Amino acid sequence: MNRFAALLDRLAYEPRRLGKLALLEAYFRDTPDPDRGWALAAMTGALTFKNAKAGLIRNLAAERTDPLLFGLSYDFVGDLAETVALMWPADATRANAQLTITDVVEGLQTTPKAELPRVVADWLDRLDENGRWALLKLITGALRIGVSARLARTALAQLGGKSADEVEDVWHADAPPYPHVFAWLEGRAEAPSVATTVRFYPPMLSHPIEPEEFAGLDPSDFCAEWKWDGIRVQAAAGKDAGGKRAARLYSRTGEDLSGGFPDLVAGFDFDAVLDGELLIKRGGGVQDFNTLQQRLNRKTVTPKMMAEFPAFIRVYDLLALGDEDLRALPFTKRRAKLEAFVSAHPLAPIDLSPMVPFATWDDLTFARADPADGGAGSDAGAVEGVMIKRRDAPYLAGRPKGYWFKWKRDPMVIDAVLMYAQRGSGKRSSFYSDYTFGVWTEAGELTPVGKAYFGFTDEELIELDKFVRNNTENRFGPVREVTHTKTKGLVLEVAFEGLQRSARHKSGVAMRFPRISRIRWDKPPRDADTLEALEKLLSRQTPAV
Amino acid sequence: MQPAQILHPRPEGLYCPQADLYVDPTRPVPRALITHGHSDHARAGHGSVLATPETLAIMAARYGAAFAGSTQALSYGERLKIGDVTFSLHSAGHVLGSAQAAVECGGTRVVASGDYKRQSDPTCAPFEVVPCDVFISEATFALPVFTHPRAEDEVKKLLASVAMFPERAHVVGAYALGKAQRVMAELRRAGWDKPIFVHGALIALTELYKAHGVELGEVLPVETAPKSYYAGAIVMGPPGALQTPWVRRFPDPVTCFASGWMRIRARARQRGVELPLVISDHADWPDLQRTILDTGAGEIWITHGEADALAHWCGTQGLKAKALHLVGYGDEEEPGAAA
Repeated sequence: MNRFAALLDRLAYEPRRLGKLALLEAYFRDTPDPDRGWALAAMTGALTFKNAKAGLIRNLAAERTDPLLFGLSYDFVGDLAETVALMWPADATRANAQLTITDVVEGLQTTPKAELPRVVADWLDRLDENGRWALLKLITGALRIGVSARLARTALAQLGGKSADEVEDVWHADAPPYPHVFAWLEGRAEAPSVATTVRFYPPMLSHPIEPEEFAGLDPSDFCAEWKWDGIRVQAAAGKDAGGKRAARLYSRTGEDLSGGFPDLVAGFDFDAVLDGELLIKRGGGVQDFNTLQQRLNRKTVTPKMMAEFPAFIRVYDLLALGDEDLRALPFTKRRAKLEAFVSAHPLAPIDLSPMVPFATWDDLTFARADPADGGAGSDAGAVEGVMIKRRDAPYLAGRPKGYWFKWKRDPMVIDAVLMYAQRGSGKRSSFYSDYTFGVWTEAGELTPVGKAYFGFTDEELIELDKFVRNNTENRFGPVREVTHTKTKGLVLEVAFEGLQRSARHKSGVAMRFPRISRIRWDKPPRDADTLEALEKLLSRQTPAV
Repeated sequence: MQPAQILHPRPEGLYCPQADLYVDPTRPVPRALITHGHSDHARAGHGSVLATPETLAIMAARYGAAFAGSTQALSYGERLKIGDVTFSLHSAGHVLGSAQAAVECGGTRVVASGDYKRQSDPTCAPFEVVPCDVFISEATFALPVFTHPRAEDEVKKLLASVAMFPERAHVVGAYALGKAQRVMAELRRAGWDKPIFVHGALIALTELYKAHGVELGEVLPVETAPKSYYAGAIVMGPPGALQTPWVRRFPDPVTCFASGWMRIRARARQRGVELPLVISDHADWPDLQRTILDTGAGEIWITHGEADALAHWCGTQGLKAKALHLVGYGDEEEPGAAA
């Protein structure tokens, strides 16, 4: 365990990608099976434990520490595992060499639920502070060490003298602790075989484009589609390596999302891999990201949730059909096959993402400005811009230059007044970094209209944090009320992607992706925007569903 | 006499009405008592300033000789009577010249401790326990997650890294007053006998420490030189300099930061720190508790920091405690604090 803990510790402080790769490669080279495989699984989010969850850690902390002090500490540190690791009342540091990551992983998998608190507490007593942190990180799953699945696979590729895409190709043929993958990388065995269809393909990504760049591009070389405000997924179904029928839903990083969307995966009645956007359709209209978000990040899902948030995939690319890999074909050829595929599978939970017709870049500008009128109709509320794709583009992993562009809608901007602040978590922990802001009502009072926790620089965060501390009027638990009168207070320029009516918010409106675009140290609160101005923005938007 | 008649909080700072004097006022006042030289406690522009000779020297070095209308030096243990009130200053162990202010009247003693620590520090006098009725404490690190490791072990970590990367420079961010000199002195204690290179912002105060008899060895200003000149070197600068082009003159610098906050990973990562050094000039959670019990005070007032947690702990010990929520005291160990 101490080797794994040391790796996590060094990764957490290593800012350079190359440095991280070197640390990972050295670890994979020098650590025996199955320890390294479990470590790999932990770092790529492939481990979950049925009984060991964050709640277990909270309960242990409650038994061993003062609840109020634990609450204040957690609020400050912003990370459960780290808080408990730091304040766990161990008598003295004990050697932890005898406990391996394999002991811990197998222990977490096999220990009966009732036994688990005692077992974990015993481990915590045996580990030093860093070991405790690594153990608790394993249980909570959120490592926050700046290692993506892709980076880990790149390190494996370096270890075996392969390309990251080759590793990606065999990845799904093995399972933690990945003995076959390591054997292949070390030249001790053939690559584990993987079926063509039930697998994840590294996705093709786009570059943002600015209006002035269009001058250099010929519109007849390109097609356009709507950019949907959902999550990028791959739907894969067919026979697996053992010849058995299988269906999977993958995130854009190759995480298996099938467990959260059994309703969707059950409908994969095809032998193919599709690229598309996971969306929620309700009352005939596609819902925006806020609605989808309520169904995300769940490992399991209730029937009620499935009924309330019916999911489907709006597909825009076909990567494999039967045992044929289509990625080398030009976009237009793949598109033709995709259209035929969608009409041939009327029962699958998919539909076709329509093309946006245009002859000139001006045509496309109009469509982007008004998606409802430009062809998106009642789904316009879920459009966040347009995607522009070269007709002859093959499907290439990564973010190749010159093929795909995203052209997002311009954000809306208002000036609002900071009303409340709360401490953040993760990177922002211990700073007051979650800001509730409001605008003026007709009655001359501020009403909260949203909450933002990003958009500012680290330097601005320190200034904002100081402002909150020095202008606190009231404390409600972790929330601080900040001075907000007509003359005293802080104006924040808030950018957001859209507005919708909301019964949950006192003001009656809710913002999409609000973020701080500027801090108006210069502006007195009385000059901030009014609710009336927000209402006007709402009516000016494309008609919602 | 009620303690609140001796000292009570006002927007400017803690106020003693009988002497018409503020302790560490955050805005200009006619008469101020300054506990130590950090800029949030020691500001320029007061009518008269009462402080230790070291603190007066630090203020003069930072703000110029005319930083106040008049000054009066009070050494540790000396007593000064103003009206019915007797003032005395006692070592706080925080930085050179740092003091706790004991204020006595009618048999009641209130101690305003300013910032303090109990860990050993070769650059300043150790903390003195002053028995009192009311102890006024800071609470910068008043959470159970803060137990500071020994500074000498943290410096060993730095030297181990220097040995591991002899081709790189180690650039250590440290607050210009106190922390920087303490790290230098700890490096000398650990046997580092090569020159220590410093950013211009650290020079004046380092010279002042030397002039007060603190042994820091050879300290050289960073000068224009080929990168390779600084291979294997230890360079120190104010925290703010770590994010500036200044660091580009060093070969593949390892960013280090000496602060109690470095115990929290997110804090280190927020600043891109590769080698966090948990060295603090403030008392950690166990030392705050130990100090409060040592003073024998029945009542604890908390100036700034994690007041809720400390007040809660006092409650569990049967001690009366209240948070004063004094505004304007940051803490100099904050990575973003002005140098």
